[in-house]
Amino acid sequence: MSDTQAGEGGNSKVRRFMFVNRKAPYGTIYALEALEVVLIGAAFDQDVSLVFVDDGVYQLKKGQQTKDIGQKNFSPTYRALGDYDIEKLYVERESLQARGLAPDDLLVPVRVLGSAELGVLMEEQDVVLSF
Amino acid sequence: MTASVALKDKEVAVDEEGYLVNLADWNEDVARTMAADDSIALTDNHWEVINFLRDYYAEYQVAPAIRVLTKAIGKKLGPEKGNSKYLYELFPYGPAKQACRYAGLPKPTGCI
Amino acid sequence: MTVLHTTNKSPLQTRDLQSCLRLTRPGCGILLLEDAVYGALKSTEASEMLAEAAKDRRIYVLGPDLAARGFTPEELIAGVTVVDYGGFVDLVAEHHHVQAWV
Repeated sequence: MSDTQAGEGGNSKVRRFMFVNRKAPYGTIYALEALEVVLIGAAFDQDVSLVFVDDGVYQLKKGQQTKDIGQKNFSPTYRALGDYDIEKLYVERESLQARGLAPDDLLVPVRVLGSAELGVLMEEQDVVLSF
Repeated sequence: MTASVALKDKEVAVDEEGYLVNLADWNEDVARTMAADDSIALTDNHWEVINFLRDYYAEYQVAPAIRVLTKAIGKKLGPEKGNSKYLYELFPYGPAKQACRYAGLPKPTGCI
Repeated sequence: MTVLHTTNKSPLQTRDLQSCLRLTRPGCGILLLEDAVYGALKSTEASEMLAEAAKDRRIYVLGPDLAARGFTPEELIAGVTVVDYGGFVDLVAEHHHVQAWV
């Protein structure tokens, strides 16, 4: 990342960063950590995409109510990603189907892609970060 | 090592950077006291930003980064307010950081 | 009374619940908490395994963990019982020991 700096804008090379979310929220800290890294990284003006596969799709489930487990409900923050110019959210179709979920069950609009398409997209990235 | 902000009738705990430990402790008096400690008297223009931040946090559970704040303020209150010059005049220590502190929110994610 | 088994991992991600079901005996209690609550939902790839187990074992789900993840008791496999923290304590007291499948 030596040639990219926050706020420099035009001259820096834009890289493709993909964040791959594979864990359910709350049971582990991965989902929240990923979200924070994404929000912080948004200042660097890179080409960012978020992918939700496996139990990671549960991060986007509507209706999360965490007051009785004493943890912060961070699911509304996914709806703020657009304000951070992060518009590319992909969900794997196979992961949704395995969990009996449909795009309507999710709290943000996403693009649903099959594993094969998603695999191609992953290969095109400069950096893939897994959580 | 606990810091606090002294109000008329009680003290509220803040962290080492001056942000509220418990968001529920916030009221307008907290904001006024924090600002007074920085020698700032809050005007309607300050409150407009503070209230905007509180609404944003209630909706998204995140304190917006400075450029998100600037853009969103511009969208809501017009371009003459949605620019960093205007916001820095109101909050010289950094609009997102300082206004979030007065608003009783955590330090914005992405501000160092 | 018998043994209470607890497990906290999603069966769609690890095989802990599967091992728990394979090695537990009819009549025991199994409490699903944290990410294991996904295992009690009726329309996932893991549903059939749990529905089968529910025929001769008592399956419990910790309600606060279910709500945190955005699901309601109506979305659970038939025969699964939702308990709150007080119910969790009662279950522990009712069984003569607790075995955790972590």
